[in-house]
Parts: sequence; structure tokens; C-alpha cells
Amino acid sequence: MRELFEATIERLFADIATSHYVLSCEGGEWPAELWAALEESGFALAGVAEDLGGAEATWADMYVLVRAAGRFSVPAPLGESLLANWLLSKAGLEGHAGPLSIAANSVLVIDDERISGIAHAVPWGRSVDAIVAIATTLAEGTPQLVLLQRSTAAQVTQSLNVAGEPRDDLSFSDALVLAQAALPVGLDVDVLAQGGAMLRAGQAAGALHALLDMTAGYARERQQFGKAIGSFQAIQQQLAVFAEQTAAAGIAAEAAFTESDNGLAALTIAAAKISTSEAASVAAGIAHSVHGAIGFTEEYPLHLLTRRLWAWRSEFGSASLWSQRLGQQICSGGSAGYWPLLTSHGQQPLNNSASTPL
Amino acid sequence: MPISQFTYSRLPPEAEVLRVEVREFIQQTLADYPPTLSAQSWMGFDAEFSKKLGAKGWVGMALPKAYGGAEAGPFARYVIIEELLAAGAPVSAHWIADRQSGPLINRFGTEAQKQHYLPAICRGESYFCIGMSEPNSGSDLASIKSNAVRDGDSWVLNGQKVWTTNAHHSHYMIALVRTGEKPASRHDGMSQFIVDLSLPGITIRPIRDLAGGEHFNEVFFDNVRVPADALIGAEGKGWDQVTAELAFERSGPERFLSCMALLKTLIDAVGKEPNAMQSREIGRLSAKLLTLRNMSLSVTAQLVAGEHPTWAASCVKDLGNVFEQELPEVAQLLLETEPRQEGGSEYARVLAYLTQMAPSFSLRGGTREILRGIIARGLGLR
Repeated sequence: MRELFEATIERLFADIATSHYVLSCEGGEWPAELWAALEESGFALAGVAEDLGGAEATWADMYVLVRAAGRFSVPAPLGESLLANWLLSKAGLEGHAGPLSIAANSVLVIDDERISGIAHAVPWGRSVDAIVAIATTLAEGTPQLVLLQRSTAAQVTQSLNVAGEPRDDLSFSDALVLAQAALPVGLDVDVLAQGGAMLRAGQAAGALHALLDMTAGYARERQQFGKAIGSFQAIQQQLAVFAEQTAAAGIAAEAAFTESDNGLAALTIAAAKISTSEAASVAAGIAHSVHGAIGFTEEYPLHLLTRRLWAWRSEFGSASLWSQRLGQQICSGGSAGYWPLLTSHGQQPLNNSASTPL
Repeated sequence: MPISQFTYSRLPPEAEVLRVEVREFIQQTLADYPPTLSAQSWMGFDAEFSKKLGAKGWVGMALPKAYGGAEAGPFARYVIIEELLAAGAPVSAHWIADRQSGPLINRFGTEAQKQHYLPAICRGESYFCIGMSEPNSGSDLASIKSNAVRDGDSWVLNGQKVWTTNAHHSHYMIALVRTGEKPASRHDGMSQFIVDLSLPGITIRPIRDLAGGEHFNEVFFDNVRVPADALIGAEGKGWDQVTAELAFERSGPERFLSCMALLKTLIDAVGKEPNAMQSREIGRLSAKLLTLRNMSLSVTAQLVAGEHPTWAASCVKDLGNVFEQELPEVAQLLLETEPRQEGGSEYARVLAYLTQMAPSFSLRGGTREILRGIIARGLGLR
């Protein structure tokens, strides 16, 4: 399934998500043509169970979709929709082919079928059909998976990340929920933050790969002092470091998706978010340095990738946040538990409540 | 793009079964092994331990059963090695024989050579060192001057090797030397010999390192007469044999686990309630370690598939060395514990030792600059 997914979606993105198109969507313009193509292909429902209308793809399969979205700087909530639909399906709810988003950071209370509260930094919150969030039931205080129709939000406060992608706050006041179910067994209340971190890690892996291609290509072609700048050792050594970081980010992200199956592999996701965020910082710096002034222009597409890397590394928890959670977990287990923890596929839950303040 | 060589690969279940067995063995054999000794990692020498490992069948395990091996695949070997290194077991005695010399002899040796050398390697009783660097030939290995001249039924060796790890403890050296007339290409005209280090004309002098340890040596050959069958592989093809050998040995867990003893003692010294900076740095370093392990396993999977992941292996080694070298630098910022050569806590002594050892990590097995040059070549820049 993976090879077919990758070939199909890359063709779709190459046709529609050109540099010009991506740039024109920045600032909140909804990518109607792109989403229509995605909806027609059915990709957003990939992770939904077959009896609920999906393809029952695993996260290992969906990795190539998310990575491709990163590689093409896709200005649409594809990853968010995959995650939202996967969660709905896990809870026995039907998937939704239209654009969905997730609210990883929210304070929502549900009373019977009515929801109140606020959802922060919702990707494309102003444009999606609905968002998946985890609310607390008024009666028992237990976590409940909810699907909220965007149009029922009392207020939408618009915000844009560094790459001009919408990250909006939505508040709800006694709004009717579209669907709800108990949080599926085996999933952490932190599942949206973990899933979001996994998505950004996957997108960053794709963007880093594209950025390396672009930068190595530029170094092979750009001539100074009578030869390609890539023939200078100073440039070669920088690009070697860039390549190492890209390789590390790619394998860390792929591990996170592959180890996430029935539940999300929190420990591996933490490692992926940390590795990709660090790679984003190192690689964006080298890419701009090697490109020189041309890379600083709007016309040249380098910034489509670098600005996204700068945005994504901070979203759904910075490297610092995930490092603290991981470090806390490791220290509480002491040195005797350390190596067994590292060699156990990283599917253990990560204790988020124990994390120390930043 | 060579980046695509890195795909995530899990260890097969049978390798995980083996892991349980190795852990039990380590617990029994190395109970109460002090961190200051485990900090020596694959520089720790203990012939008795090597023999015990050999008895378990875990030395030379990739070699054919006919010569005492187990015909185990790369994943099984990986698990054994990472468990031993994570525990800081003293594996130095058999290390080179197991990792490099045994496979080299098996690949290029004659039937008689295999029968002669391999069984003792598998028993953990026969130790090898590698004679490559010379006083004026480091990264530019093809500039070596040591030579062997054919004289009737034997060869006569002259010259000098340096930085030869464990020469003073080894039975044999696999030496790369020049043979024949001056060749057209500088990479031609080199050959490898298995040199019995007890032969007359050989002088071995340990070189003390900056921490007072004796691991590497200078080795002098003064008209050393070796038999014709000391030649391993094809005459004049030494360069190809050496580069094949080096490429695959760059990606193993020994390239990022050298400071495990420090990481473990640090975790215990910090305790169960770390402050924000301590938990962040321990978490960050552990994430890197997890990622490096996944990269290294990916290279192993490529070896299993019969590929030649030279490029990927160089990435693992360079990134791994940067990581190992960062560890003492970060550790000393996380606790106000001064490093101690003598006295102080175990953590303080491990920190002192590994702070001093760290510069060697990016020297052994190919320098940082050489590795990054190989990586740049893979990117089409050279």
C-alpha cells in the first residue's frame, strides 16, 4: 500500500502544490483545488477502518503521505485529517472526507451533547469542517473524544504561524457536538499532542529531504572563483552535516510512525520530535548559508521549506518539552532501567504530568 | 539520493530472544563490575572474559560452523555487541579479531589459512591488531612506506606502524604494506599480511595516551621474515581489501556507545527528581541515542540485504562520534561535581576518564574530515 500511496500522492502534489500555489495560500487562503483532489482520492480517510468507510491503512503506510506533504510544503491539514479520522475510527465513529483538524491544546467541558470552552492553535481552524478534541465530561470528569463542527464556534480568533499557516483559537459556548465517544482504550489523554508531534516530525522529515536536494543541487551548479561552490571543502563539510541530520530526522520520524499501531508510540514520538526539531534548526541555517542572498528572496522557493521547518519544530511541543518528558521518565527509572527502556521499541507511555516546568 | 538508504528496520524476534540470553550472561559474569572499568568500553582488556564469551559461541559468530563459528546473521551479532557495549563489558581482547580480522580471513583467506586462524578466534583465544597508520601516513593511508619483498619461500618485512591498538596484547597483526615495483596508481601495489608478532625483528612499544593508559603502540619491522602463506588475499589488492573492511565496521554501536558508562552514572547522580535542565539534557541526549541506534540498525539491515552501505555507515560514525563527544561536555554542566582522576564519586571518576578519552572517538576508524568527505561525495559534490 505504501508504494502506491507515495507514488499517487506525489503526483497529485507535483501537479497542484507548486511553489506559486503554496505561496498564494499563505495567510489563510483555503486550498480548494488541492483539497478537492485529496478528497476525490480518499487519502484523508486512509486510516479509517474498512467498515467505517476507510482503507484501514497503518501509520507506517500513512507516513509516506505525511512525509510527502512536508516535502511539497502542502498548505492543507492532510496530516490533521488523517489523525482525526484515525481517532474517530478507533472510537467506532464514522470518518469524514472533508477537511478536519485537531485541538491538542484545549479546555473543553461537555455536558450531555453541549460543549463549552476553548481550543487553541487549531491548524486551519477557520476553514475546516470540524475538529477533533478531547473534552472533559461535566458529570464524571472523564475524557471524551468529541467532533465539533467549526461553524458552531462562538468565536474564531485568527492566527498564523511563521509559514503563514492558520493556527486559530476557537471558542465554544453550549454548542451541539457532531459526535462523541469515550476515549478509546489504550490511548492517552495526551494523544492529540503526541499525534500532532508525530505529524510534524513526519512533515519535517519530508521538508528536510527536499531542502537537502535543493541545497546540494544549488552547490553543484552555483559557480564562484571559477568552479562550483560545492567543490570547496568548507561547503562539502557543512552539507555532510546537513545530510547526517536529514538522515537522522528521517529515520526517527519513520520509527515513530512505524511503532505507532494500535496506540501511539509515545517514547519514539518524543525522540522523533526532538531529532527532527534539532535537524530543522541545523539544516535551515546551513541551507541559507550555502544559498547566500538568493535564498533570502521571496522569489526563490527555499523559504517555503525553511519557514515551515521553523514553524513545525515549535508546534505540538518543542524539542525542549519532549526532552524534559523523556528525561523525567528516564531519571525516574534510574540507570538500571535505562538500556532496557531504549531497546524496547519505545511503545511505553510517556508520563506528561511528571514533566518539570520549562 | 543516498538519504533513501535509511529506512527503519526492527530487529527480528529471534535476535530479541538472544538479547535475553546475553543479558543473563552479563549479569552473572559481570556482577558488580565498577563503572570506572565499564567506562573503558571496547578498550577494556580481559582475556578471561573473551574466552568465556567464546565458550558461549559469541565470538566470531558470523563465521562458518566448519571453523567454529555459528553462521549467525548481522542482526544476531548486532544484539550481542550492543548488549556488551551497553554494559561496558571488557571486549577489547577479541574485538578486532571478531569484528575485522576473522571476517577478512574468511573472505579472502585460503582454506589452510581459515583452518589455521579462525577456530582460535572463535574460542576467544586469538587476538589481532591492525597495522595501517604509519608516522607519515594517517588519513592519507595510501602513502604508506612499509614494505615486503619476496625472497624465495618467504617475504621480508621492513618499516614502521603506529597507533596500532592492542599490538602489545595481540598474537597477530594484519599489516598493510607495499609490495612489488612502483605502481601506476598509488592505490595499487599494496598487500595484506598476517604477521605473527612473536617473530624475530619485531619491536612493539606502547605509546602512553594523555590519561596514562596504554592502548596503542608503535611497531617496528626490521627484516622480519614471514612465510609465503602469511599473505592474505591477493598480492597488490590490499587497498581494496582494506577499504571493504573499513566501510562496514564504521556503523556499529561502538560508534555511539563509548560514553554509556557516563550516561548511566549521570542518571543515578542526578537522581529521580531532576531539575528542568537536567531532565531536558538527559532526554535530548537519549533521543539522539535512540535515533543513532535506529540508523545503525538500518545499516545492519542493508548488510543483511547484501548491499554495500558505505555512505550510510559514514553518516552513522560521524554523527555517533559527535554524540559521544558531546556527552562529557553536557554532563559537566548538569551537576556541580568536579571530575576526579582519583577520589571523588564514581560519576566524578567516569567523567574525568571519558572527558579525556573523547578526542580519540573521532580519530579511530576514520577522522571526521575524511568521513564528511565521503558523505559529500555521495551528495555529488566531489
